[in-house]
Amino acid sequence: MIAIIDYGIGNVFNVQNAVVPLMNDAKLTSSPAEILSASHIILPGVGAFRDAIEALEQQGLVEVLKQAHEKRIPILGICLGMQLLYEVSYENGTYQGLGFLKGPVVRFPEPQVKRIPQIGWNTLVENKASLFSGVEGEVYFVHSYYAQGIEDEILTYVDYDGVKVPAIVGSDKVYGMQFHPEKSAEVGRKLLERFFSL
Amino acid sequence: MIKKRIIPCLDIADGQVVKGINFKDIKTIADPVEMAKYYYESGADELVFYDITASYENRGTMVELVKNVAKQVFIPLTVGGGVRTVEDFDVLLKSGADKISVNSSAIANPELIQEASERFGAQCVVLSMDVKRVGDQFKVFSKGGRIETELDAIEWAKRGVALGAGELVVNSIDTDGVKKGFDLELLTAISAVVNVPIVASGGAGKIEDFVELFHKTDIEAGLAASIFHSKEVSMTALKLAMKRAAIPTRLA
Repeated sequence: MIAIIDYGIGNVFNVQNAVVPLMNDAKLTSSPAEILSASHIILPGVGAFRDAIEALEQQGLVEVLKQAHEKRIPILGICLGMQLLYEVSYENGTYQGLGFLKGPVVRFPEPQVKRIPQIGWNTLVENKASLFSGVEGEVYFVHSYYAQGIEDEILTYVDYDGVKVPAIVGSDKVYGMQFHPEKSAEVGRKLLERFFSL
Repeated sequence: MIKKRIIPCLDIADGQVVKGINFKDIKTIADPVEMAKYYYESGADELVFYDITASYENRGTMVELVKNVAKQVFIPLTVGGGVRTVEDFDVLLKSGADKISVNSSAIANPELIQEASERFGAQCVVLSMDVKRVGDQFKVFSKGGRIETELDAIEWAKRGVALGAGELVVNSIDTDGVKKGFDLELLTAISAVVNVPIVASGGAGKIEDFVELFHKTDIEAGLAASIFHSKEVSMTALKLAMKRAAIPTRLA
């Protein structure tokens, strides 16, 4: 079963719409038992980092996700869900994340970046060979903060006003996508398929 | 590099795509799900659904429509028309909308922008404004462009962004329907004072109008309705022409 984590934050409906045609056993869930017995976990998220990490904490899901990580269940964080995988975010304060990936989440630098949020389609550039290698084209971004992850965990990036923005990150069993694969047409579908091939 | 976006707008009444002339003589022209799929397949970067009746009774129809589109169309969807409360935002976002646009309701109650932005994030709050020249000023009009407000468009754009809007749609009443190009003067003036993406609306009649928009301004996106529906401008031909003109473009 594919567990799409339902913790009251963000647009799980669209993630479900995109995943179900690929994997018909995908299910929205907040049940620890279901999450820990899943073949793959998707952590969606839209909105503010603080609200999201607090919602996960209140529902006991921070601990569940850490257990899933120890069990080496493949995890994919999408957009804010990807940012939650990092150690710390500086969005309107300082908040601890799950810490599965190394580095902080920071706001785009002004005035170098002229328009915040980055909204729109940007071209993936490969940084490091990975299970996503060979899927090329544009994907859809909507975000004001980005991960300053370590080079070794940046698989693809996009250029936004000269900032190298990590797009697909991770290693081994933990991955994140800063863009919305569920809203990225065929390219997004192919990337989700690669994750489910793990 | 980020791509310039092309956004077809579908005006909806009673669950159907319509086109009207001055809000009268409204004609049904297509099934919205079929039309959305067509645009998705031909390379549209986003879609906007605008509820022109915007009545409480029609909200259920709109929610069902968005749900049906979201199951088949995997690009961002913006929904507008009659959104008055954060609860309206909530229902539409949970139905598959990615962004919600507000216009008259934000003029009547600017705090709506702030409340929605704090609860759902700035990225899903789009401030749409209808603007017309009055004397030597750009003025904001409400209620579908029918009622002049006290608001100066430049000031309103700045205030909307300060309150938490993550994107602006700037519709020029002066150029709307004229089909002689976007209102570059207005768009340039607003672009200079805000740091969020801007969608240009009103005035496109042909491919060259989009090329001119992206060559002469730093606007991120162009929106149009009837010229796409009537196929006066084909999405595929437009995208190829933009690419040829060295505009960063996504081809489907």
